[in-house]
Amino acid sequence: MTAPLEDLLRSAFPEATEVRVTDRTGGGDHFLVEVTSPRFDGMPLLEQHKLVNAALAAPFAAGTIHEMRIKTRGSR
Amino acid sequence: MSEVLQQRIKSVIDTSPVALFMKGTPQFVMCGNSERALQALRRAGAPVTTVDILPDPEIRRELSSISGWPTIPQVFINGELIGGADIAEELAQSGELERKLADALGDDYVERGGERVVSVLVAA
Repeated sequence: MTAPLEDLLRSAFPEATEVRVTDRTGGGDHFLVEVTSPRFDGMPLLEQHKLVNAALAAPFAAGTIHEMRIKTRGSR
Repeated sequence: MSEVLQQRIKSVIDTSPVALFMKGTPQFVMCGNSERALQALRRAGAPVTTVDILPDPEIRRELSSISGWPTIPQVFINGELIGGADIAEELAQSGELERKLADALGDDYVERGGERVVSVLVAA
């Protein structure tokens, strides 16, 4: 369930040093999404989360993702 | 009708020191993420104006088209989108939320205190 989401994130963030999607409840629709990328350095948190939301817009619209937590990290 | 609704949502965003669009009310929160955002704002001592988006799906649609943010909850300080539950929590933990509130509302913002529930529902 998490692999397709990780694929979407990897294509949106090819430079990311870490992409991890965790199924938080085991139900396949509540996820923790973690992305570590130098692109986030100096970027406001709001913009970082917007990029992650945009990368996963399709599964969100399709209802595959019911709920998602986002944790972004820069290179430092 | 949706134009009236849009105006009402914008008015809450623009006129509230802190606006929280959530599922439910502070007395009866209907979603874990709305709860997380509310608790983060409470910990920072923010004067919060809340809007329950559940009574009409149009509220959420109009709100997201205004803010460009896809999910609920949504936190605004002085009309500016701060983000959802994750950002509110992260900013609260780092102390940045209190700094943002003091910058936007003045150092004595905690004294404004309290929670206010408003409705954007348009009478049928």
